[in-house]
Amino acid sequence: MSAIDRRPPVPRYAHGSRVPGWDEAVDLEKPPATVPDPALTPVPDELREAIEAEMAKYPDRRSASIPALHLAQRHHGWCSPEAIAQVACVMRLTPAYLTSVASFYDMFYLEPKAAHEVYVCTNITCSLLGADELYERMCQAAQGHDITVRGFECLGACDIAPMASVDGEYVGPLNLDDASLIVEDIDAGRAVLEHKQLRHRACADPGARSE
Amino acid sequence: MSRHLLFDRIDEPGLNTIGVYERRGGYSAMRKALQMPPEAIIEEIKQSAIRGRGGAGFQMGQKASFLPKGEMAKYLVCNADESEPGTFKDRELMQKSPHTLVEGIIITTYATGIHRAFIYIRGEYQLQADILDQAVAEARSAGYLGENILGSGHSLELVVHRGAGAYICGEETGLLDSLEGKRGNPRLKPPFPAIEGLYAGPTLVNNVETLGTVPTIINMGGAEYAKIGTQGSTGTKLISVSGDVQRPGNYEIELGMPSREIIYGLCGGPRDGRSVKMWFPGGSSSPVLLESDLDLAYDFDTMAKAGSMLGSGAIIVVDDSHTALEVMQKVVKFYAHESCGKCVPCREGTNWTLKMIERIEAGESTPMDLDILASAQSQIIGHCLCVLGDAMAMPVGSIVEKFRDELAEEIEAARERANSLAYATA
Repeated sequence: MSAIDRRPPVPRYAHGSRVPGWDEAVDLEKPPATVPDPALTPVPDELREAIEAEMAKYPDRRSASIPALHLAQRHHGWCSPEAIAQVACVMRLTPAYLTSVASFYDMFYLEPKAAHEVYVCTNITCSLLGADELYERMCQAAQGHDITVRGFECLGACDIAPMASVDGEYVGPLNLDDASLIVEDIDAGRAVLEHKQLRHRACADPGARSE
Repeated sequence: MSRHLLFDRIDEPGLNTIGVYERRGGYSAMRKALQMPPEAIIEEIKQSAIRGRGGAGFQMGQKASFLPKGEMAKYLVCNADESEPGTFKDRELMQKSPHTLVEGIIITTYATGIHRAFIYIRGEYQLQADILDQAVAEARSAGYLGENILGSGHSLELVVHRGAGAYICGEETGLLDSLEGKRGNPRLKPPFPAIEGLYAGPTLVNNVETLGTVPTIINMGGAEYAKIGTQGSTGTKLISVSGDVQRPGNYEIELGMPSREIIYGLCGGPRDGRSVKMWFPGGSSSPVLLESDLDLAYDFDTMAKAGSMLGSGAIIVVDDSHTALEVMQKVVKFYAHESCGKCVPCREGTNWTLKMIERIEAGESTPMDLDILASAQSQIIGHCLCVLGDAMAMPVGSIVEKFRDELAEEIEAARERANSLAYATA
């Protein structure tokens, strides 16, 4: 190792101002990926049909990139290179284009994820009401389970702060003990914290209630 | 005084289905509108003087009249991204009364001669998107969408498009790029979307609540609607109140209601007898106001005059158990994460502001850094393609200005903590 390599570790701040992989060299030998050849890229029939149905909704097929990536992610568990290649093949786009789109949005995973996901909102309202502790507790509770826990930006449910989205189901207001209950519910395969689900919640405005 | 136009008995079971909605008089405004000449509808909307409910507060009638007339590929995009922290009013409306939005879209597209509309809903709102899909399917089978709606000659295709988690896609041009299947980077304006928007065609972009109010305006008449609220801020507004209050949630109020009545009257004020330290009147991107501002009327003009903004109508209340630094750090962290990176002042400004705040917490700051912090904010405002940078700079600038003494004390305290720690470990 030369002297130059003994630099201080680069990510100096907790939030990481460096993009992962910024110091990895690009493989210049690799040929650029083109639109995949349909003859060489098998795509599951149901995925192909679903993507084609999305493409038909828009005047420009590219508009279906986000819905198509959602479908592929659901099918493959994450936006794996294989998943991206299949979407690219059906949509006649390059994998690089779709990867650039997928990497922009928080809900797409370019790394493998667990079967279940819990987004804990850690934005301003939730954190005023204790979301940071909840997030830590959630991470602990989910250890050893097939669950990905993420601190997420405002999920648009500050009325039930602190809250979380468990596989898309909004639950709150949560206390610290709810973390392990969420994990239990996920493991048992039942509805998560049914009494705390947002879908059952009445409007706060008393004048908006139905008599 | 609270009046209920959009939230009228919104908790009625089954209101999300077309049967209940129609039994309550739903789609009558659409039937009425389809008998009117399109220009007359625009005129009613103009007369109502309704201002956009998404954040910018631009008059809807005026925006609609910017669209070129005649047959061409024009689009309506309903902004249901609702990602401004603190805002969750559209969620409740879409979940409980999705047909209000669908009806508003049908009327607006008829008035502007648009035949393709999209609802861009944030990807996290899965329940609401499913409900909207269902509502669109119901409206289609009832003959309210598709070709030649109720024999009026108006045709409309409506697609519910799910996003995938990006705050910037709530910005109208970022949203359009995202809807075209790209990364959601904002565009240079002008040209404004009304001239060149989605697929380079003229595009009207409106918030859920704005479009949802259109049926009410048609039913009441624009002039009658304009009598509600104040002169510059007509109508009712859905507001989302959250944070340190006893009864957080969505409320419908008449614009111009005193802010104290909202925070203390409707929401019960802070918990445990605490007092209001600061409040964001329009989402986390609005400059903060203090307890002494609570007697201001809650409307567009008064909030602007007080140096803040009504924004999306999301009130976040912070009580005196929290430090100004903590609030600032949360706000900044969000914008640093969400900056799309296209414009330098925003990309660097949000990140460096976060680093400066982390330096304060680590005890490495001096009170002089508050001047640097404030001057950095003033160099962001107005220097980017969109207002994401401004959205951080405005609240941070206002917190530094209004809580300067507290922050200076915090800096000293953190330095002492760091020093004693250094001695202890030396």
